[in-house]
Amino acid sequence: MSRKDPPELEPRVRRLSDGSFVVDLSENERSLLASLPAQLSTILEDEADDPWLQRLFPTAYPKDADREEEWRLLMSVDLHDRRRAQLQVLADTAGSASLSADELLTWSQALNDLRLYLGTRLDLIEETTEEDFEDEDDRDLYSLYGWLSFVQGEVVDALSEAL
Amino acid sequence: MATTAPVEVERPEVEDVTAVDVPWIVLVWNDPINMMSYVAFVFQKLFGYSKAKATALMLDVHEKGRAVVSSGTREEAEADVYRLHEHGLWATMEKDGVGSPGS
Repeated sequence: MSRKDPPELEPRVRRLSDGSFVVDLSENERSLLASLPAQLSTILEDEADDPWLQRLFPTAYPKDADREEEWRLLMSVDLHDRRRAQLQVLADTAGSASLSADELLTWSQALNDLRLYLGTRLDLIEETTEEDFEDEDDRDLYSLYGWLSFVQGEVVDALSEAL
Repeated sequence: MATTAPVEVERPEVEDVTAVDVPWIVLVWNDPINMMSYVAFVFQKLFGYSKAKATALMLDVHEKGRAVVSSGTREEAEADVYRLHEHGLWATMEKDGVGSPGS
């Protein structure tokens, strides 16, 4: 698992007394958050065999091929649809001044889906650092991954405190 | 093909009876991407575990590579695996005691 970066002084996600949450993000950050979900949704829709999607659809029965096949037939379409719906919520609410608890929870799942895709694509291990990437595009993806991890950490902190 | 059918028909019933008694366990595996705070949060939220129990389970996954997070009938285990997958955790299920005779 990956550790969270040390917290900034001010949390970026705060819970209000009415149970909603305010998220402190710049316009640029919000635009980025709004644009990423569609990219992953397109991959989910058009490139379902993309090997970098494997962490989004893990094996349920690693020791039982027949049951695994049955599981895939029954569940994978549903899980695909859920993922796309989660990503759509993130895209639709990335510009919102405040979020409901349900919306913020969906953010945590959609942010994680984006991280799982990027992390698999970058072949991350727990010890990976920026210096491991020579390719500039990979470095950019890793920095995007780091930023998504930061935002998700802030979201999860706020959700955990509200439990 | 049809001639052997009557013999085969009896067997699954016996297996089904056994299957009811053997609980299924749900395992969560360590991975380099999911964040520690998120994994603990998901355990709290999905299973209603206390913060202390969820954190201990998360650390088990992190340090030992995997942990049993729930158990029950096959249907219950499948529902838990589905919810864990929905949250991006690497979860699998198996019959308790598979590979260890006598359980």
